[in-house]
Amino acid sequence: MKSRNKKLLAIGLSVVGLAIAASLVLNAFKKNLVFFFSPTQVAAGEAPKDRAFRIGGLVESGSLKRSEDGMLASFVVTDTAKSITVQYSIREYGPLPDLFKEGKGVVAEGKMGDGGAFLATQVLAKHDENYMPPEAAHALEQAQKAQQTVVTQ
Amino acid sequence: MIPELGQLALILALLLALAQGILPILGAHRGNATLMAVARPAAQGQFVFVAIAFGCLAYAFLTNDFSVENVARNSFSQLPKIYRFTATWGSHEGSILLWTLVLAFWTMAVTVFSHHLPDDMSARVIGVMGLVSSGFLAFILLTSDPFTRLNPIPADGNDMNPLLQDPGMVFHPPMLYMGYVGFSVAFAFAIAALLSGRFDAAWARWSRPWTTVAWVFLTIGITAGSWWAYNELGWGGWWFWDPTENASFIPWLAGTALIHSLAVTEKRGAFKGWTVLLAIIAFSMSLLGTFLVRSGVLSSVHAFATDPTRGIFILGFLGVVIGGSLVLYAIRVPKMESGGSFTWFSRESLLLANNVVLVAALGSVLLGTLYPLFMDAMGMGKISVGPPYFNSVFVPLIAPAMFLAGVGPLARWKQASLPEMAKRLRIAMAVSVASALLLPLTVGGFNWMASVGIGLAMWIVFTVLIGFAERLKHEQGSKLAALMRLPRGFWGMQLGHFGLAWVVAGIALVSAYETERNVKMNVGDTVHLSGYAFTFMGVEMRDGPNYRAARGTLEVSTGGKPAFVLHPEKRIYNASGMPMTEAAINYGFTRDVYAALGEELGPNEWTVRVFFKPFVGWLWLAGAMLTLGGILAAFDRRYLIALRKTGADTSPAKGAAVQGAKA
Repeated sequence: MKSRNKKLLAIGLSVVGLAIAASLVLNAFKKNLVFFFSPTQVAAGEAPKDRAFRIGGLVESGSLKRSEDGMLASFVVTDTAKSITVQYSIREYGPLPDLFKEGKGVVAEGKMGDGGAFLATQVLAKHDENYMPPEAAHALEQAQKAQQTVVTQ
Repeated sequence: MIPELGQLALILALLLALAQGILPILGAHRGNATLMAVARPAAQGQFVFVAIAFGCLAYAFLTNDFSVENVARNSFSQLPKIYRFTATWGSHEGSILLWTLVLAFWTMAVTVFSHHLPDDMSARVIGVMGLVSSGFLAFILLTSDPFTRLNPIPADGNDMNPLLQDPGMVFHPPMLYMGYVGFSVAFAFAIAALLSGRFDAAWARWSRPWTTVAWVFLTIGITAGSWWAYNELGWGGWWFWDPTENASFIPWLAGTALIHSLAVTEKRGAFKGWTVLLAIIAFSMSLLGTFLVRSGVLSSVHAFATDPTRGIFILGFLGVVIGGSLVLYAIRVPKMESGGSFTWFSRESLLLANNVVLVAALGSVLLGTLYPLFMDAMGMGKISVGPPYFNSVFVPLIAPAMFLAGVGPLARWKQASLPEMAKRLRIAMAVSVASALLLPLTVGGFNWMASVGIGLAMWIVFTVLIGFAERLKHEQGSKLAALMRLPRGFWGMQLGHFGLAWVVAGIALVSAYETERNVKMNVGDTVHLSGYAFTFMGVEMRDGPNYRAARGTLEVSTGGKPAFVLHPEKRIYNASGMPMTEAAINYGFTRDVYAALGEELGPNEWTVRVFFKPFVGWLWLAGAMLTLGGILAAFDRRYLIALRKTGADTSPAKGAAVQGAKA
């Protein structure tokens, strides 16, 4: 094969490969991107109704409750302005992370349930004592800013 | 005193690295032998000083010198000695120092095993590595000094992150770095080739074993990391598509593509430009991995600190290295002569297809990893891309590579015949399709993922066997002796592909057939899972060296007979007060049984998590096969012969002239 044809072959193969890759990627991207919303945004109705998303903030002190068999946990996530009740099935999705604690930062992924509670399929806590998940820190920051604006107005 | 000595050693190392980076490259450009001769002693001196600095830091950790901030933050007097040593690289500063030490080590290895190269080539290679090292040493001295002192001196340290207190910490980071940084050698060879304008088969032959060895280390590092996550995190997973995992997987994909493309460049002289580009990509991805993991942009156990100056420095360094090499590439490549010709169906074209597939897969992982960071940086909202994306994109993209791994090694160079190939492969095809349809039924019912995985694994296994059979067909006498006589490079490839088959089979089977239960258990309660009965015998308190543990006892029986006992633990670390789950695993060839304690609900009442994981051990076994395959390929006789010629070949200048003329 001439070197010109060889180059054409190489380019052709790459284009086909990239086209397949691109279509797969874009399709999967559309389906699987998980957006983050703060409790304030959720309260304002900005979060999607039938699609998974993430929320973050602090676990409100004294809000952690368990069902009688201990396998269903519920707690309140707050960004200090608004809060949202989260339900998490330990039976289905496993124990809460080691570093999950009241008064500390948390991120949860899931969907809004019919009763207005957030049904989490995954709960993430920080990796060490002093670390706050960036999403949770962001939510608190936004809420603080929003409150300050209210006061100054 | 010792920490200051370490700092002084770092400054001297930086000066030597600059000399090693600038003078030999200048010398090679001007044909000045004296300047070129600086390369080796400077590199070796640099290695000594970086090693001294690392030794000083390790000494500070081992002797609990809490006047050093880094030690006070990341160690603790009650920490077992081995973890005090590993804590040396448990922090951001220490891990970058380890990176630099590994780079100095690789450079040292190049100075020792490069006497068969023309002088200007080895001068350029060592020089490029010196420039990279200068960047890292400057980064340490300017932004990440591991020897900063504290005043007043704290009474004790803050302890190492309990997640890192695992035997995995001993092997995983050093192995991963040996791999990451090992690609700097391939990169240095590529830049040296661009600088000199010589891209011949000899160049590919020189850089190929180095690339393979780096790939071996990266394979070990990733396998060890996956093993560690599986054992330590208590989630029962072995791969999470976590950005930090991707940061090591992306260079691995690039390295795998590079190994295959180097084969073509060495044997057939084709794909030169592409090979050089891949070498640049592989090392760039290693640097990017470091940036992602170490700059704190990723929230994970690996991100030690968030300090914007560090991020900006690494980003700038990344820009200079990647941008600079790509500009050099763009200038030089048009002058490159394309090598041997081949037809649309040949081993070359199949390897090209392999490269396209690997690079597309790499791109998909890179996109999924970087996109959320990009969106965040642009202030366009916080998003995350989880395992569902990677699974649905990566798996279909990489599957064709598995098919090609079966065909490629059997195809002829230059020109292969499709009908002949079909004839040679029809039995392998029939067996794999039959296994894909039937074998899943024997494991746990039909599952399309298990079916495709098994089919592809069997396809690779049978084509590997055909490869051996065809090599031995015309051998006279003992077939076993003939088998042993086959070149190590061939064995390496076969074993590597065989290992690939095991990974594919293992992943498919464990993903399709694993089972899990989360239950509340009182003493005497029993839970059943996939033929195993777990009886909870309660929890007792136990003291570890630097933690207190609640140690559970689960008696496991199968078929009515007691089989084994599992002791999962929940630990609280004394210094940090951090809780930590320690899973208990009973390992087996065809299955692992895995138990972890959840939370304490009442006295001797716990939530317990149990997993049944069929064939999960195959993943790490396969990692061992890939490793062994890589080692065999890297130490093929032809590379060793080249090394042995070192003494005899005393006219490198003449050799260089000849190669220069050829290029």
